[in-house]
Amino acid sequence: MHSIPGRRLIMALFLIFLLLPIYWLVNMSFKTNAEIVSTMTLWPHTPTLQHYKRIFTDESWYSGYINSLEYVLLNTIISISVALPAAYAFSRYRFLGDKHLFFWLLSNRMAPAAVYALPFFNLYSAIGLFDTPWAVALAHCIFNVPLAVWILEGFVSGVPREIDETAFLDGYSFPRFFIRILVPLIASGIGVAAFFCFMFSWVELLLARTLTSVQTKPIAAIMTRTVSAAGMDWGLLAAAGVLTIIPGALVIWFVRNYIARGFALGRV
Amino acid sequence: MDKTINQKAWFLVLPVFLVVAFSAVLPLMTVVNYSMQDTFGNNQFFWNGVGWFKELLDPSTDLGGRFLASLGRNLFFSLVILAIEVPLGIVVALSMPRDGWTVAACLVTLALPLLIPWNVVGTIWQIFGRPDIGLLGYTLNAMGLDYNYVSNAVDAWITVIVMDVWHWTSLVALLCYAGLKSIPEAYYQAAQIDGASRWAVFKAIQLPKMNRVLLIAVLLRFMDSFMIYTEPFVVTGGGPGNSTTFVSIELVKIALGQFDLGKAAALSLVYNLIILIVCWIFYTVMTNAGSERKPQEGAV
Repeated sequence: MHSIPGRRLIMALFLIFLLLPIYWLVNMSFKTNAEIVSTMTLWPHTPTLQHYKRIFTDESWYSGYINSLEYVLLNTIISISVALPAAYAFSRYRFLGDKHLFFWLLSNRMAPAAVYALPFFNLYSAIGLFDTPWAVALAHCIFNVPLAVWILEGFVSGVPREIDETAFLDGYSFPRFFIRILVPLIASGIGVAAFFCFMFSWVELLLARTLTSVQTKPIAAIMTRTVSAAGMDWGLLAAAGVLTIIPGALVIWFVRNYIARGFALGRV
Repeated sequence: MDKTINQKAWFLVLPVFLVVAFSAVLPLMTVVNYSMQDTFGNNQFFWNGVGWFKELLDPSTDLGGRFLASLGRNLFFSLVILAIEVPLGIVVALSMPRDGWTVAACLVTLALPLLIPWNVVGTIWQIFGRPDIGLLGYTLNAMGLDYNYVSNAVDAWITVIVMDVWHWTSLVALLCYAGLKSIPEAYYQAAQIDGASRWAVFKAIQLPKMNRVLLIAVLLRFMDSFMIYTEPFVVTGGGPGNSTTFVSIELVKIALGQFDLGKAAALSLVYNLIILIVCWIFYTVMTNAGSERKPQEGAV
């Protein structure tokens, strides 16, 4: 009753459709450039690790991964810590302009990054944060903070009010209640929100590239630059691409049991 | 749930307000400022009033023509991908295995494209689609189809659309799956006793339950496709010609390529305004759908 006829076939076809381009990327990353250009082979006939070796030994390459992870983590921490109290306020209280504020926040999640690229460049240059992880982390807040508030509000609303009231009757102060009782109760929600912040900060390139120049270039930007400079080093490009998929795959693996609920933003 | 009125709650919202105001309002004010001025370099600015806006909305000028053309392309693109991804996402969600380890395997595989950096998505499809080294391009050409996304506009469009379907259908599917999971078993049993057909179950039970998540899915997909930049930029660079130049690509070309700050700023504001209006419509529909549902839930 739950599912439709031929569901196995549909699912299998769709998964093949998803995996085929990724398979091609992985396949290519193990080939030599000569093999890539000259023949069409479904698996590497002369498998090589030279592209991966190059990335792991050349600092200009591997530092890109560290830079990316640095601002992603920074952004996740900022987003979650400012969004938590706000989510509680939106879930529990009515206050002046609450609905408008919520809409305004949400509308920022929808604002095109291209609009902000240039003003951000000016702003962060003016305050001396340009080319630091902080600039990118703060810039990514524009879409991650609203999203985190939105997700966490759903999860906080799932906690019965009686719990707050009982805690206050028991003499808990607000901060103590918040950290000792509320946060553990919505731990899975925080995980989901962190996952989304990680995801959207990790995949974004336009702002990250605009706000960095030398010191903190994200890996995604290094990829584009090196390829244009070195002509077409397809193998190296493919290997770098494979390595950018791995952190995401690891994160998914950790949250796999919460994925479905998480993608509904705690609203099912 | 009834909320208590408490103005002190503003203190809890204050950090969010400050962070977002810093990273959204301040830059936006700069944009407003630029949009009214013209510059000839050297940081010299001249007052231009609403000149840029007039030019932007007039299709006979260069700027207006480019803007309206890219806007049209972008709307067409958004509608096409919504028309493909929403039904496909529902079908995939309905095809999910019921239990066992395959559920986790399917979920992880579905989520995989969502966590690939957007330019790498572009790179993957660039490599996959090239006629000389890509599996897809090579196969299509070997089958006798003349496929080349670099030189043929139709092929470029198909590539960009298939890439978006590849990238984002999973989001719709995962959202729908979450909606389907929340349907109690008793509903299906009742339907079985009534002898309801497969289609009736879908229409009367599954679709209404997915309503809310589908709205979120359509909202997110519309917005994200409307501001798409990186993936088509990496694959086609907006070409061949201007055939896949969407609004964001046009905007970045004007702002960072030509450094035409006034034009870019005016374009940004109009672009933002369109998004804001659409966002507001969706938001109103969503909150109304939510408030209509509540009494029903109480009755059940």
